[in-house]
Amino acid sequence: MDKESRGKILEVEKVSMVFGGLMALINIHFNAKEGMVKAIIGPNGAGKTTLFNIITGTFSPTEGVVRFRGKPIQKLKAHEIAELGISRTFQTIELFGNMTVLENVMVGCHTRTRSSFIASGLRLPHDKHKEEQIRAKAMEILEFVGLAEKFSESADSLPLGGRKMLEIGRALATEPTLLCLDEPAAGLNETETEKASSLINAIKEKGITVLLVEHDMKVVMNISDEIMALNYGEKIAEGLSEEIQNNPKVIEAYLGSSEEDRA
Amino acid sequence: MLRIRKLPIIIFALFIIVFPLVSRLIPAIQNYPDLMIFAGIYSLITIGLSLLMGYAGQISLGQAAFYGIGAYVSAILTATYGLNPWFCMVIGMIVAAIVAVLVGVPSLKLKGHYLAMATLAFGIIVFIIFNEEVEWTGGPDGMSGIPGLSLFGFAFDSVEKYYYLVWFFVFSVFVFTINVIQSRTGRALRAIHSSEAASSAMGINVSRFKVVVFVYSAILASLAGSLYAYYLNFINPSTFDLFFSIKLLIMIALGGMHDIWGAIIGAFLITFLSFEWLHFFEEFEVIVYGVILLLVIIFLPQGMVGIPKILKGLFNKKVSNG
Amino acid sequence: MPMEKITFANQLLQYLITGLTVGSTYAMVAIGFNIIYNVTEIINLAQGEFVMLGGLVMVFLHVAAGLPIVLAFPLTVIIVTLVGMLLDRLAIRPIRQPSVLTLIIATIAASIIIKGIAMFIWGKDPFDLPAFSGRHPIHFLGAVIQPQYFWIIGFLIVIVIFLTLFFEKTIIGKAMSACADNPGAASLVGINVKRMILLSFALSAAIGAVAGITITPISLMEYDRGAMLAIKGFGAVVLGGLGSFPGAILGGLILGTIESFGAGLIHSGYKDAFALIVLLGALFLRPSGLLGSIEVSKFKRF
Repeated sequence: MDKESRGKILEVEKVSMVFGGLMALINIHFNAKEGMVKAIIGPNGAGKTTLFNIITGTFSPTEGVVRFRGKPIQKLKAHEIAELGISRTFQTIELFGNMTVLENVMVGCHTRTRSSFIASGLRLPHDKHKEEQIRAKAMEILEFVGLAEKFSESADSLPLGGRKMLEIGRALATEPTLLCLDEPAAGLNETETEKASSLINAIKEKGITVLLVEHDMKVVMNISDEIMALNYGEKIAEGLSEEIQNNPKVIEAYLGSSEEDRA
Repeated sequence: MLRIRKLPIIIFALFIIVFPLVSRLIPAIQNYPDLMIFAGIYSLITIGLSLLMGYAGQISLGQAAFYGIGAYVSAILTATYGLNPWFCMVIGMIVAAIVAVLVGVPSLKLKGHYLAMATLAFGIIVFIIFNEEVEWTGGPDGMSGIPGLSLFGFAFDSVEKYYYLVWFFVFSVFVFTINVIQSRTGRALRAIHSSEAASSAMGINVSRFKVVVFVYSAILASLAGSLYAYYLNFINPSTFDLFFSIKLLIMIALGGMHDIWGAIIGAFLITFLSFEWLHFFEEFEVIVYGVILLLVIIFLPQGMVGIPKILKGLFNKKVSNG
Repeated sequence: MPMEKITFANQLLQYLITGLTVGSTYAMVAIGFNIIYNVTEIINLAQGEFVMLGGLVMVFLHVAAGLPIVLAFPLTVIIVTLVGMLLDRLAIRPIRQPSVLTLIIATIAASIIIKGIAMFIWGKDPFDLPAFSGRHPIHFLGAVIQPQYFWIIGFLIVIVIFLTLFFEKTIIGKAMSACADNPGAASLVGINVKRMILLSFALSAAIGAVAGITITPISLMEYDRGAMLAIKGFGAVVLGGLGSFPGAILGGLILGTIESFGAGLIHSGYKDAFALIVLLGALFLRPSGLLGSIEVSKFKRF
């Protein structure tokens, strides 16, 4: 790792994304320091989720470089990026609805375990042993996100708050060093939102860097160290949370319109 | 939780062992072990197809091709070149696996209708090859003179012996597949079915898993094809046509494609329907198949294995109403 | 008639003309696919059965029952259209959990039922239909053109004009396009989406019937031709880009031509295989079609 990259777990350089002639992201430049919570804010359609999709490998950017721990990852596939240690949740909750809560988290353990098709078919002893380990680890994570009692329920049967927590748990099971959370508090009531906030803080305490897209400014101000604001695919501000809160450009683009949204 | 209980598997094993002995005693079902051989051969294919379609969610309408590849590789290498049948069976599976990789890698990038049509087209192309490469395959007239199977001097030369051989394979494959379903691999497959985006975010190499399970289903179909060829000692292309691929689809839809038991139940039911119970319809049995398939899709989307659940639901409703 | 010396160039021209004619039939099947797909996102695998039925019903009405063409033709179209509507009512609408897989299975089920019934009624033998204006071929630069070829291509043109007017000028046609763009919004503004789906099946069955009636005099017709026609029609759809009408026509003509040249120049036994290989090639290399854009196809709902 060179000097420049030290302490920066993620570096996004001059990233642009074009969809069929539409500029979704224009020349985005930012980085995230190890161990911090960095929020990305902006009105709907600003390009936040697109940025997440690029970082986690759903798309390759049209232009630009994404570095994770100094290594360019913009050409890697999503599963390779997950293996490197970046995990995510989805704005539109993408749980494995046909599986139980526990199984969802066990799927998350996928990257950190190995077993071949043939070994599992023959039920070799070491394979069986690994299954036990995965199960134990998954239960531990459910404990952490507060879903341990519901381990045998189907993922679809959980209320919205539970499903959001489960998505975070499933992402944690991949043992990420960078976790991208796409609107973890959207649609939650006040108690659930508080729960989500304290969970994110607990994740930060584990030393995991968090990249957060969120509309709820209270959550953002509470837990993030730094904020970047996007509007129409462009970065309009970046800095410490307190600075951004008072940035007139941000207030105009985002805070103002979001107040109207909520009214 | 996706736990498959042991007791039904033990009962299943006992049933396999006892069935020919019982059928010997009852004149009306004396020919049933013969039918059960076909049911077993079809089960091998449907088990793979169930894993592919029901668990991993990938449609294939071309499985008859792999069935045919197994049969023709075994037939050509034994009848024309005089090689050992077991060896040829393995070669058949290897050939099927290679073809499955070549077809599967580009096909499985496709979704939904596109995947269905690609596999359908592949199946028909292979069928045309069986018909046209007369020098190798004998063309539409087919091939005869395929030897039977024997092991260390023990020939599987009666219906009963072949029955046990086939069902030994089915049972082994069944248990192996259940183990896969309950493992990390099985979870990954069901995850892919549910959400490919989330699966790859969890580090699952989606395209690799799809190809692996496609190859597995191809190998099983090829094994089935070899067993078919060695049993009848004669094959012709019409066995491996488009309609057989559709018949396989009917089997797993009828049995229930989200459950590995459904694969066996469906293969069993369709075999007995076509060889025994629908005899008087003759060729018009296709109408019956069509009607069955439509009724299942409309009224019984979970297939036969879903019936206990439906009954339980009805019963609970009654109890709570009463 | 003195035998003309047939040169290689004459032969190529012959393949081209035959290919374009057969291709016109594939184009009609492809248009049928697109009409249903655009409204419902269903690929109706029974599409080929409409063509088969068109041919056989026409044979029954015109040859067996002796009705004149001008009567038998519209009557056939009406009967097949009714079958199309029945298909929607009996096989598609009752499905409670529609997914790509269940809809594929439902249309496959419908297709084997129709095929079975056709076998029950007409048996397994192929039937001939008299050509509309006789079978005296026209010689053109050494190639032989059946008068029926003009009827097939002519009807393709008529269908295209009719559909263009229908979708652009009539209220019902516009309503159908609206369903295709956004079914939720369409039903909000009071369009009866169910009726539009029924109409799409009716319309595409009618077009299938025309394809079947016009092709039977040159290629005969029997009960089990539907599946192959459907797959080739789908090949035309994929070549042209799913949902695109100009694409369907272009795709059909290209597919017919490739098939005709492949069968003539390489191996006639592999005639059907050529079309299927083109379909696979199109799916593997350019699933969005010749006229579609990759990005659009990536984001198509499935």
